[in-house]
Amino acid sequence: MARTPPEPLSFAQQLDRLEEIVRRLEAQELDLDEALKLFEEGIERLREARERLTAADAQVKQVLSDKAGNLKVEDFDG
Amino acid sequence: MGQSLDLFAAVSPEGAWTVTQVTRRARAVVEAGLLPLWVRGEISGFKAWQSGHWYFALRDRSAQIRCVMFQKDNRRLPAPPQDGMQVFLFARPTVWEEKGEFRLTVVDLLSTEAGGLWQLAFEKAKAALAKDGLLDPARKRPLPPYPLRIAVVTSPDGAALQDIIAVTARRWPVAELLVLPTRVQGEGAEQEICAALALLCRVEGLDLAIIGRGGGSREDLWTFNHERVARAVAALPVPVISAVGHETDVTLCDLVADVRAPTPSAAAEAATPDRADVLAELAHLGARLARGLAGRSGRVAERLDRTLDRLAATLERRLERHRHELSGLAGRLDALSPLKILERGYALARDEQGRVLKRVAQFPSGLRFRLRVTDGDVAARAGES
Repeated sequence: MARTPPEPLSFAQQLDRLEEIVRRLEAQELDLDEALKLFEEGIERLREARERLTAADAQVKQVLSDKAGNLKVEDFDG
Repeated sequence: MGQSLDLFAAVSPEGAWTVTQVTRRARAVVEAGLLPLWVRGEISGFKAWQSGHWYFALRDRSAQIRCVMFQKDNRRLPAPPQDGMQVFLFARPTVWEEKGEFRLTVVDLLSTEAGGLWQLAFEKAKAALAKDGLLDPARKRPLPPYPLRIAVVTSPDGAALQDIIAVTARRWPVAELLVLPTRVQGEGAEQEICAALALLCRVEGLDLAIIGRGGGSREDLWTFNHERVARAVAALPVPVISAVGHETDVTLCDLVADVRAPTPSAAAEAATPDRADVLAELAHLGARLARGLAGRSGRVAERLDRTLDRLAATLERRLERHRHELSGLAGRLDALSPLKILERGYALARDEQGRVLKRVAQFPSGLRFRLRVTDGDVAARAGES
């Protein structure tokens, strides 16, 4: 089934969408085709969310401004 | 006191002292006789000059002394005293030669009123913030549940930053911490903090900010009681958690922040969800998703069954109807059969070849033909017409 990949969402939006999908699936008002589509999207969102949670490694940076007043972000080693 | 002056030692050969000589001498006498001391009294006629120096009188019921507190000394104080305020001064008694005036050079000033000058300055700034609605609880923004970029405004070498980094790494390593380093105490620290806050406003994609420092003396924490700092915190575009000092220290910065945390570690806890909890929640959602679909397909199968049953029943009914229709048709066909007509007394004439004879011309005189009546054939012959 040709489907456009879900657009990038914030983590919170992703979770919200996932909740909504689950609620709709549980609400018993869908035909099977629609339910399958939602299920597929749910699985995809779930995978993405899990990936976001596990792939990340705490990063600490520092924000300074240079002489011209420009923002400068660099690694922080404290 | 008790020290007698040598009245002749300082007599000039000219016989009379100059004003300068007298005042200088008086100053020497006063400074030698009255070492720096604590004086108690009430402030009166307070004036802060452009230069930053403070001038006022200290008085009680029966006397008063002119006082000056220079900018280099008074800048350590949170606020100027007010007329009528009861204070303790630590001061050097002296004579101001230019005016020939006995006076106190004040080094420190403590208000004896509840909380003293600090409290006064705090209440004044707080009232100003309240007047502008910055302390309104309705202003408090909720914290984002899953912050990905968290700004931290604090000293780069403080324990506070280490605590925030450690807690975030343990609970929510998903987030990126952006440190905006600043001094948090001492002369000019409030300007540095305001500059860091201004820089913070320019960082893109921030979810949340934490501002704070570890515990310290009242003077150390005072930076966070500056009205300017409080206003800069209130103006931040993202929700902010303030954690200044310990549980018991409440600063203006805490009051304008969206959330106040008792310590920097607690601020990091408040800022972040626990990754393990979120993963568990995801697993739970996954299970519900699967159950939802399973339930869904179960329901579809049921409905399919019901539909098939109904289809069968419909077909059955239609067949039945067709059967009825067929028997009706058979009856009608039966009625149309020629045999039925014969039954009613009609006869059918046919020649030897079986052709039906319908017209007079087909019956020449003497023609032999057959008549079909209801119960059989009869031989017949056409007579003379």
